[in-house]
Amino acid sequence: MTQSLLFLVVGVCLWVIGLYGLLRVRHVIRRLIAVNIMGGGAFTVMVAIAVRTDPVDPVFQALVVTGLVVAVSATAFALRLASAEAHCTRRRESRP
Amino acid sequence: MIEWLLDGTLAALLLILAIAVIRASGLYASVVLFIAFGLLLALTWARLGAPDLALAEAAIGAGLTGVLLLGALAHARPERPSNTLYGYRWPAALVSMALAALLIRAVWPLAETTQPLPAQVMTELEASGVSHPVTAVLLNFRAWDTLLELLVVLFAFLGLRQLRLAPLAHTEPWPLLAAWGRLLAPLALVIGGYLLWRGTSAPGGAFQGGALLAAGLVVLRLNGVLPALSWRQWPVRLGVLLGVTVFLAVAALTHAFGAGWLTYPVAWNTPLIVAIEVAATLSIALTLALLVVGEPEEVHP
Repeated sequence: MTQSLLFLVVGVCLWVIGLYGLLRVRHVIRRLIAVNIMGGGAFTVMVAIAVRTDPVDPVFQALVVTGLVVAVSATAFALRLASAEAHCTRRRESRP
Repeated sequence: MIEWLLDGTLAALLLILAIAVIRASGLYASVVLFIAFGLLLALTWARLGAPDLALAEAAIGAGLTGVLLLGALAHARPERPSNTLYGYRWPAALVSMALAALLIRAVWPLAETTQPLPAQVMTELEASGVSHPVTAVLLNFRAWDTLLELLVVLFAFLGLRQLRLAPLAHTEPWPLLAAWGRLLAPLALVIGGYLLWRGTSAPGGAFQGGALLAAGLVVLRLNGVLPALSWRQWPVRLGVLLGVTVFLAVAALTHAFGAGWLTYPVAWNTPLIVAIEVAATLSIALTLALLVVGEPEEVHP
């Protein structure tokens, strides 16, 4: 079993743990965290694929850099949507 | 043997932390565990020969996402303690197990197969204008992806602006944070600049440098040293749009006068890439900082 294979399996397991969380948690912030864990798993799979060749595959690493920035942008937008929704609900409830 | 011990420990810790994040009894505990998970992930990637990604993950995945999540906690509805996990325990476990088995079977052969792509990148590296393969892929061979990525960040920011929230009451910064912030922010600036400059020949580059700069900006803003950043200020607008503008201008010029869309003329490789990187770093730093601590404008009911 090589290092690449070990972390390929770890990446898949992380993705599945994230999916399990997504299926079972209710609070919106927890769900976003679960999606981010799935992302971490997918990136780990890509990093592990990149390391199987010598020299390390730069194409996969570049893809992961791109993915990280896109993931944080999407998370920021989703969190703002969640905050706005909570804000609106609170205002509606406070009105008679 | 020692290496296997390290790899095995990292793998086990990652899995345990991921489960702990999902199962944590409090929302706050979950967020803090997630930040720890991000840092461990960065360590793992550094171990897997990806220092570029480790830098980016430590700054973006753990740092900025952590601040974002903590900020969102302040707005979020409180979670009912009995409600952390809800029904579907066995169906969810069954679906996850089945998917895990299928996916592991699918990725198993991947560790053995070979790829012609890394060798091709290495042979073309001479002509790309930079000597670090990841930067060469990001800004020369796959520059189109990077341009679109900058656009995604910009759109996320514009989307965020549409959803205005009442600003949170700023509390006095904690004295230790204020003291450390003054020390950390200049360091973030220097290291960010260094990463950008090194990016052409060693691990580093626009995204890592930009993320570190953004972290510095966030620390300064939370300390109250920086004034509020808002889209209404023209330097902010200029900074946010600079990266995409420079990138698109280069693309249009190469399309009109050169070999084609984003195909740089060989003699101009290095200066063009450095120009794009500098502009992109500034834009990424400012946009990410705005995503995290941008001032929501006043809400008019």
